[in-house]
This record gives sequence, C-alpha cells and structure tokens, in this order.
Amino acid sequence: MSAASFNPVAGVLLIPIGSAALLAALPGYRLTARLNVVASFATFLAALSLFVLERPQPGPYVLVDDLNIVFIVLNTFVGFTTSIFSAGYIAHELETGRLTPLYLRFYHAMYQTMMFGMNLAFVSNNIGLMWVAVEIATLTTVLMVGIYRTHAALEAAWKYFILGSVGIAFALFGTILVYMAARPIVGEGQDGMVWTLLIRHAAAFDPELLNVAFIFLFLGYGTKVGLAPLHAWLPDAHAEGPTPISAVLSGLLLNVALYALLRFKILLVANPSAIAPGPLMVTMGLVSLIFAAFMLYRRRDIKRLFAYSSIEHMGIIVFAFGMGGPLANFAGLLHMVMHSLTKSAIFYAVGHISQIKGTQRINRIRGLTVTHPVLGWGFVAGVVAIAGLPPLGIFMSEFLVVSSTFARQPLLAIALVFGLLLAFGALTLRLTSVAFGQPRGSTASADASYVPLFAHLALVLCAGIYLPAPLVVWFQHVARLLG
Amino acid sequence: MQMHSLAFDVSHTLAGGLVLISFMMLYQDRLYSLLNVFAFHAVVLALSVAWQAFVQQAPHLYITAAIALVFKAIVIPVALHRIVKQLGIHRDIESAVGIGPTMLAGMALVALSMVLMLRVTAEADPLAREDLAFALSVVLLGLLVMVTRRNAVSQVVGFMSLENGLVLAATGAKGMPLVVEISVAFSILIAFIVIGIFLFRIRERFDSVDVSALDDYRGEHR
Repeated sequence: MSAASFNPVAGVLLIPIGSAALLAALPGYRLTARLNVVASFATFLAALSLFVLERPQPGPYVLVDDLNIVFIVLNTFVGFTTSIFSAGYIAHELETGRLTPLYLRFYHAMYQTMMFGMNLAFVSNNIGLMWVAVEIATLTTVLMVGIYRTHAALEAAWKYFILGSVGIAFALFGTILVYMAARPIVGEGQDGMVWTLLIRHAAAFDPELLNVAFIFLFLGYGTKVGLAPLHAWLPDAHAEGPTPISAVLSGLLLNVALYALLRFKILLVANPSAIAPGPLMVTMGLVSLIFAAFMLYRRRDIKRLFAYSSIEHMGIIVFAFGMGGPLANFAGLLHMVMHSLTKSAIFYAVGHISQIKGTQRINRIRGLTVTHPVLGWGFVAGVVAIAGLPPLGIFMSEFLVVSSTFARQPLLAIALVFGLLLAFGALTLRLTSVAFGQPRGSTASADASYVPLFAHLALVLCAGIYLPAPLVVWFQHVARLLG
Repeated sequence: MQMHSLAFDVSHTLAGGLVLISFMMLYQDRLYSLLNVFAFHAVVLALSVAWQAFVQQAPHLYITAAIALVFKAIVIPVALHRIVKQLGIHRDIESAVGIGPTMLAGMALVALSMVLMLRVTAEADPLAREDLAFALSVVLLGLLVMVTRRNAVSQVVGFMSLENGLVLAATGAKGMPLVVEISVAFSILIAFIVIGIFLFRIRERFDSVDVSALDDYRGEHR
C-alpha cells in the first residue's frame, strides 16, 4: 500500500473492527493474545500517521482536527500498551481457571470492538454518529465487566448497564434538541448534525433550546464521565471486571465521554446568548473532587480505591475546563493526558499485585517493596504520580489548575486545594501500608511484563520535567480552540 | 389548512396516548400485565411514527415504525413473557415505592417537562413543540418506572419505554437524519441481547432476577 493512498482514519477504524471479527473466530490463547497486541500496535501506527500524512477534509461523518488528534493517538497508545499487559494478565487468569477459552475469544473480540467504538467517537464529525460510538463502547465494556460471572461482577455489570443506559438516553435527547436548535438555521437533514457546520452557525441558534440541550448532554455524558452524584456505576465496574478493562475504563473511556462533552461545550460557548457552561462544570467538578477525596479514606478494595481516584481526577479536569481561559484549558488537556497514562500504569501494577496476592483487599497486601521490588517500586512511583507530587506530570497540570484559579477565583482555589490535599492524604496512607512494612500474603514471583508500566511512568516523568516546545504550542493552540 | 390541522390533531392524540400508557405502566403490579401494557405502548408508538412518516412524507420513517411494531410490540414482550414464565416470577412486582406517591411523582414529572419544553421551544413549529414535550414526559416516566421497581424484568421494561420516548422525539424532529433512527432501533436490539444474556446469567447464579438480591454481594459491605 503506498503512502498516498493510505487513509489513516480508515486504518484507525477498520483495523480494530476487522481484527475483532478475526479474534472472535480464532481459537487458542497464544495466537489470539499476540494478534490482539499486533492489531493494537497497527492501530497505534495508523493513528501516528495522522501526524505525518495529510489530514482528510472534514466530511459529513469524519473529522480530524487539532483537538481530537491528541486523543486518538493517546487512545491507541494506551490501547496498545494495555494489550501487552492484557496478554500476561489473561494467561494467569486462564491458569487459575477464572476465564475459559471460549470467554477468552469473546474477551479479545470485545476488546477490539471497544477500541473501534472509542476511536469512532473521537473521529466522528456527526453528533449522532458520536452518540452511536459512545454507546458501542459502553455496551462492550458492560459485557467485559460481567465476564467473570461472579455475584459481584454481575451486580456491577447490571448497575453499569442501567445507569449507563439512562445516561446515554439523556445524551440522545440532548443530541435531538441540538438538532432542533440547528434545523431552522443549518437546514433539514444530514447537515443539522455535522459538528463543523453546527459550530459555524452556532451563534444564530435559539439559545434557550441550546441551554436545555446542554443540560441533558451534561447529565448524559456526565454520567459516563463519572461525575458525582452520577458516579455510582464506576467503582463497581472498575473493581469487578478484569484489570485490563479497569485500565481502559479509567484511562480511555472516561476521556471519550469527556471529549464528547467538550465538543458540546465549544458549541455552547460559540453562542453568546446561551448560558455559560462554566459554572455548571465548575460546581460538578468540585463536588466530584471533594466527594471522591472523602470516599478514598473508606476504601478497603485496592481497585475501588483507584476507581474513586479516577472520579477525583475527572472532577479536577471538568473543573479546569469549566474555569475556561487558555491557561486552565491547557491544564485540563494536560491533566487528561497525564491522568490516562498514570492511571492505566497504576492498574497494570494493581493487576499483577492482586494476581500475586490472590486478593484485592488492601489490608491483606503489605510490604510489596520488600518481596517484589520492581513491581512494588513501580506501584509506588505510580501512586506518587497520581497523588500529584513533583516532578511528575500530574503535579504540573494540577499546579497550573490551582495557580490559574487562584488568579481569578481565590475562594474556589481554596476549595480545590482542600480536595487535592484530602486525596493526597488518603493515597499516602494506603500507599505506606501496601508498599512498606512487614510483608503479608503470597510472595510468589510475578511473571509479568513491566514494559507497559514503566513506559507510561517514563512518559509521565518526562512530561513533568520537560515538555517539548512544539507540544506546548500545540496544547496552547487547542486550549484557545476550547474558549 | 384542513390537512395541517388534522395532521396536528392525530399526532397530538397519539403522542398524548403514549404519555397516558406510560402512566398505566406505573400502577401495574403484575409482570404479565406490565408486559401487555408495554406492548400496547409500542403499538401506539408505531402508529405515531407511521403517522409522522405520512405527514412529513419521509418514507424512511416507516422502517422505524415497522421496527417498533414487530420488534418492540411483538418479539420482546413475547420473549420476556417466556423468561418470566421460566423463572416463575409472574406473581407480582416488588415495587420500591407505593402506587400513590409514584403517580403523584409521575404527574409532577409530566408538568415539569411541559413547562420546560413549551417554554424553551416557543420559536419552533407547534407540532414539534408538543411532540418534544410529550416525548420528554415519556422519557421521564420511563425513568420513574425504572427507579420504582426492584425487579430486573420491570426495570428493562421501564428502560424500553424510555427509549420509546426517544424515538418519539427523534421522529418529531422533522428531517432528522436516518442514522439516528436506525441507531436507536439498533441499540435496542443490542440492549436486548445484553439484557437477555444478563437475565440468564442472573437466573443461573441466583435463581432470582430480583436486583435487590444482588445488593448483598457488594464487595464493600462485607
């Protein structure tokens, strides 16, 4: 295939869906796990080529612009590293008999279908198509969460399904309302759902209809982002599913929903008479942050702990975008990227830890750095990063959020810092008990691949110490787009 | 002019009928009768969509109407009937809230959606306005069915009636691209498959589809 005729968007979409069909048909662990990795890598390469090759023109369905290109590359990258982690993790699950070969086939097919759904949500230029894509990604993750078929897994999947469907229903209603607002200006039919056309004419839309539409979209996609009080599905879904799925849920799926929300936020900002989405987002973000920070103290399950930490970080990000302005938007974007890298790295470590110890209960895991130095210190580095300590990337983005808020709304900044410190305290408390002290639990060695874990941590460290100038310019440009 | 007013009256009646049937769902205390009411809901939806297809001269909407009729009014209720029979849970619905408060809440929700939608859509044409207001009522009533029932089958029925409201809204928005109608119908199909799998798994593991039975297995409260 020559470079000129290669369409990167088609690659990003067709490789996952094609390999999903293939993986559903092929038997055997070795072959399928490798194929899963290869397919994810190929998708990542296709996404990278978006930087090099000329971008496709925005059409009625597909759009590649400066905002989503970052997320497509991030999405496919984490998808690729998770597939490596997943190969090792699943081998252990097969040995212990938690997964049967038939379910394994199903698992790999669903993994690729989910990647397809998420990539489609990112590249779609049509708000209806975007909704369909988010729905696909949700349904596949519901199936994956329930894959162990234990009591708890089924309850988690059911809860996720019910709450996710209600959220997605609200999002569709909001989408219909946006179309209704656009119809008198953009015209009937196809055009009324094309985002690039909507944004061009957004100033002329009926502001009241747009307001109501945004409320529904915010509630709908906000449920999927996991904002409190709509978060009830999130901890269960993270704790009961396979750990690779927890990693992509936290690292990627929350980002997808947030990205959808951002697209509509841009639309609302473009209309001067519509309500400012900022205060709503700031409030929900702050509530999520502080609520999740308190909840962190009461967690006894290690995966639930980090699920609540995801709610906390989504709160920070939504808060940053709600504040708006170039600096806060920049911080929000950076935080999204840093959080997905760090959180998925933590889940890689947690996955190995819970497999070695045979439990997810925090009080049965102790002294990891003594018995498993590599894994233990990797875990420590991850938690230090997510808690927001310098010199790692999350410190930088949190620092930017706090400092830009202090300059404009000191009172809000105090609440924000309070939440951050609260969460920091909870994480340090748990970290010391898990990583240090007298070892407890099984000391069996882990036959794990640490490459994904440390690759992510290295990237986060790099970003914290030195962010390359072109990347900064890029982020600044996108931050201005967000208004 | 005569035609326009007839078009308006008929779609108004059908959409209003959907809201009424949603109310009927609220007070059904037997699973079988709940399924029958849902089937009736889907039939009225099919009529309403078909009428929109005729009025808007949008033949693709007939497909949506046919899907609503065949799939939601016949296939799903029949399948759920069988599941209910197999599980032996046809006797009653364990509802979390009494009928009186539920009905009052339902009325409040309908009033809310009327006030909200009629106010913000003052500019739009009257047909779309009322359609949207009714659709939001149906969506909210479906949500109410979901929260007031503890039983998995009736939650599913509530969810599907909620989706019916969305279809009503989508067809009322004139010229809405086909992609949405198909996607809605398709998502219901997927949703149903998902639910089917779940129900059977739950049956396998618990001998009950009462969701409250699941609450005991939370990892956190042990």
